[in-house]
Amino acid sequence: MKNIRNFCIIAHIDHGKSTLADRLLDYTETISEREKKEQVLDDMDLERERGITIKSHAIQMIYKREAHNRNESFVLNLIDTPGHVDFSYEVSRSIAACEGALLIVDATQGIQAQTISNLYLAIDHDLEIIPVLNKMDLDNAMPEDVKDQIVDLIGCDREDIIEASGKTGYGVDKILDAIVERIPSPTGDPDAPLQALIFDSVFNSYRGIIAYFRIFNGRISKGDLVKFVATGKEYEADEIGVLKLGLQSKKTLAAGDVGYIISGIKTSKEVKVGDTVTHVKNPCSEAISGFEHVKPMVFAGIYPVDADDYEELRASMEKLQLNDASLTFEPESSAALGFGFRCGFLGLLHMEIIQERLDREFDMDVITTVPNVSYKAYTTKGVMTEVHNPSGLPDQNLLDHIEEPYIHAQIISKSDYVGPIMNLCIDRRGELKNQVYLTSDRVEITFELPLAEIVFDFYDKLKSISKGYASFDYHVVGYKPAKLVRLDILLNGERVDALSTLIHSANAYQFGRRMCEKLKELIPRQQFDVAIQAAIGAKIIARETVKAVRKDVTAKCYGGDITRKRKLLEKQKKGKKRMRQVGNVEVPQSAFLAVLKLD
Amino acid sequence: MAGLYVHIPFCRQKCHYCNFYSVASGKFRDETIDAIVNELEIRKDYLGGERLNTVYFGGGTPSLFAPGKIQEIILKADKLFGIVPGAEITLEANPEDIGSTWLDALKSTSVNRLSIGVQSFNNADLRYLGRIHTAEKAESAVRLALEKGFENLSVDLIFGIPASDDKIWESNILKVLQYNIRHLSAYALTVEPGTALRLFIRKGKYQPVDEDQAAGQFEMLMSRMKQAGYDHYEISNFCLPGHCSKHNTSYWTGDKYLGVGPAAHSYDGNSRQWNVANLKKYIEAVEKNEPLSEKETLTGTQKYNEYVMTALRTMWGIDLEKVKNEFGEDFYLHLIKEAKPFENNQHLLKKNQRILLLTDRGKLFADKISSALFWND
Repeated sequence: MKNIRNFCIIAHIDHGKSTLADRLLDYTETISEREKKEQVLDDMDLERERGITIKSHAIQMIYKREAHNRNESFVLNLIDTPGHVDFSYEVSRSIAACEGALLIVDATQGIQAQTISNLYLAIDHDLEIIPVLNKMDLDNAMPEDVKDQIVDLIGCDREDIIEASGKTGYGVDKILDAIVERIPSPTGDPDAPLQALIFDSVFNSYRGIIAYFRIFNGRISKGDLVKFVATGKEYEADEIGVLKLGLQSKKTLAAGDVGYIISGIKTSKEVKVGDTVTHVKNPCSEAISGFEHVKPMVFAGIYPVDADDYEELRASMEKLQLNDASLTFEPESSAALGFGFRCGFLGLLHMEIIQERLDREFDMDVITTVPNVSYKAYTTKGVMTEVHNPSGLPDQNLLDHIEEPYIHAQIISKSDYVGPIMNLCIDRRGELKNQVYLTSDRVEITFELPLAEIVFDFYDKLKSISKGYASFDYHVVGYKPAKLVRLDILLNGERVDALSTLIHSANAYQFGRRMCEKLKELIPRQQFDVAIQAAIGAKIIARETVKAVRKDVTAKCYGGDITRKRKLLEKQKKGKKRMRQVGNVEVPQSAFLAVLKLD
Repeated sequence: MAGLYVHIPFCRQKCHYCNFYSVASGKFRDETIDAIVNELEIRKDYLGGERLNTVYFGGGTPSLFAPGKIQEIILKADKLFGIVPGAEITLEANPEDIGSTWLDALKSTSVNRLSIGVQSFNNADLRYLGRIHTAEKAESAVRLALEKGFENLSVDLIFGIPASDDKIWESNILKVLQYNIRHLSAYALTVEPGTALRLFIRKGKYQPVDEDQAAGQFEMLMSRMKQAGYDHYEISNFCLPGHCSKHNTSYWTGDKYLGVGPAAHSYDGNSRQWNVANLKKYIEAVEKNEPLSEKETLTGTQKYNEYVMTALRTMWGIDLEKVKNEFGEDFYLHLIKEAKPFENNQHLLKKNQRILLLTDRGKLFADKISSALFWND
């Protein structure tokens, strides 16, 4: 155990985590040239393109070195962490599986909000932090400034910061030595009852779910009868092993080891990140602390563009769920959109990822409705129901009050932009909690905000008012009562269920007006006037009219060029197929996302 | 039944709205005529032995050429394909070219129908459009053509000009009626990509086109022409009974036509071709006997869609029996089903025995309706 080091990497998107991880794998000869792809840790296409690791992975390296006049060999387990706010719980479990962390900071950019929140998580778990200044090869690197930030932040010695470049390989040897020398080896009792933490799982179409774990106490052998504490399910360990570039099976793994288990599990729902694995006979006395049921916080309807594809959409969602347990869905129907699903996501990025995966991996064309957060509605009889859909709100006269989720938002920015950022947060019903200058021109602002307020375009706004400088991170802190109303949109008097939103009453008028204006732009002129109205209950609060079109005919000389005109009309036909019918009004799909594009 | 279209790609200057292929330069004029004659030779089998019922010289500005040159092409076509006796032979002409001498010369050719690009009898309109003739010239050209015996006369007019108004448009219509002109092509001003008009509008130099104004003027046009006893035989075309353009009608009824000259379109009953829209490339391709056109072979669906699109625009409408027989039961049932809402709720279509027709109101929505009747593979 004394030659094992378990560590993770904390870095902001684009700060070069994956490239540097590749250099570590190169240096330790974990991958051959042939196996080498760029950024091997990100093996989903989508991940590679976005440059973020959506799901965490793990890989074992063997690091041999000569020190104190003798050859030493170390097992280094790198546990990769997902790099986005939506996955902060998964990050916390990966961190819990480690004793140390590389803090990678881009020498040209400095510390970002997300780095900080993950760093705090790591410090909370008593991880040894090794600060690394990456991208030192770039001309615009400002190592001294960024070192100041790091020293301020973690209170390390300036000399402890390692200068490196994932691109050139500079400093990689120093990083490996620091991992060995500074990160403590795991502790734990191999002879105690088995206690292993699940920090990730992946789905393999031949082998089912492969769960990744870190053993804290005891040992596990192939064929053992094991139990997952949180789900209470029991399995036989068909195969266990360690994670190289592929799977490498082993007979036994013991305290301190990081490995995988295959036990015939078919769906990811049975494997909860943070769960504890122990033996059926002689179980551990308590589970590893920190387990949570991850609950989706953002909900939206997903509908097939072509109504005939409903069953196919269901099949695709089921397949997605096999390797993404945090996705939830249940059937839903809408008068405007037909049959679809109400889906729950961890956050907005998660929602986008699901949409993109449906498109790329399953070739599904979908319409996603206005997202909303998960509300708690209390009836006068004191019964609480979770509301995932505006139409799911109990009847007004049965309703006592509603509570909405709040987040703790951390924003780091250049101090020049503090004013506009404050205004944005206050506009979004935020309450300032803290403001700290990290350096003379970098400030960390902490706000408490309703989650619902960041669901719409908050991040884009933040980026634009800070000229791209501000970084942002959040976690949910709890529920608070809210004065919410349901805002409906009517087209020629007919309510469009897919456009209803729950909104704070103070914002309802303005929001209703902007919705009507936006829809006026998006709904094409038809052969009759189209009235667009925003309503709260029976009260109309805003109205716009799309004037009737007077003509739709090409009255020009097109001579013998029949082809061009035919193609034009064929294209129109295709476009129309994608329109939805609300009463007698044709509504383009873009209108269903109108709310996201309000400016 | 077959037609020949000859594209003369030269103009004195480009009109602001025009996106037909033409050049405002005198270069290659002779070479182009030679190439057109040679192309006729090269493609002499295109029509599969069918003789020519119609010949149409369009442009560009065919009246830029001496009538003798036009006659050369006609004679060549007659030699290669055979022109049936009484065939309709049309020449497009611009008012500025139409004088006594020119008309006398034209009289001695086989051209028997004249189509004058008047566009408007109002000087402000003409300046807006970038035309080089005046309103006075336009009217005198019409008068002179009639005097010289070109009773088989058509004029082109453009409506929906933002700087203009309904009154001016009405007076344009009245001029046509006053001279008892047999045939009128009336086009709504359309802003095409790559035109000066589009640029002017984008830069704010010209007001954008107002669809409502155009719709109103189209309605005025329909009612005035109906009163005067004209047939509205195609969306943009009106004629006194018996005087529709046979050549243009053949485009809408699926007849074969050969188009020669740069950018000209051809149809052989199964595929469509369009020649390269570049004078030099065209001349070179003909010289070297290389392919000079792009080609699209039509699928069953495409043929159906084209039939629906073109037939619906005419007063002869969509022949439901023809759809059933030529395209099959599936297309027929699709058509009946898709047409229903337009007949019942909106009164844009009417069924007349076995014919599906646009109502007058429907004529304002012909594109929307035909695309709804299309078949999507």
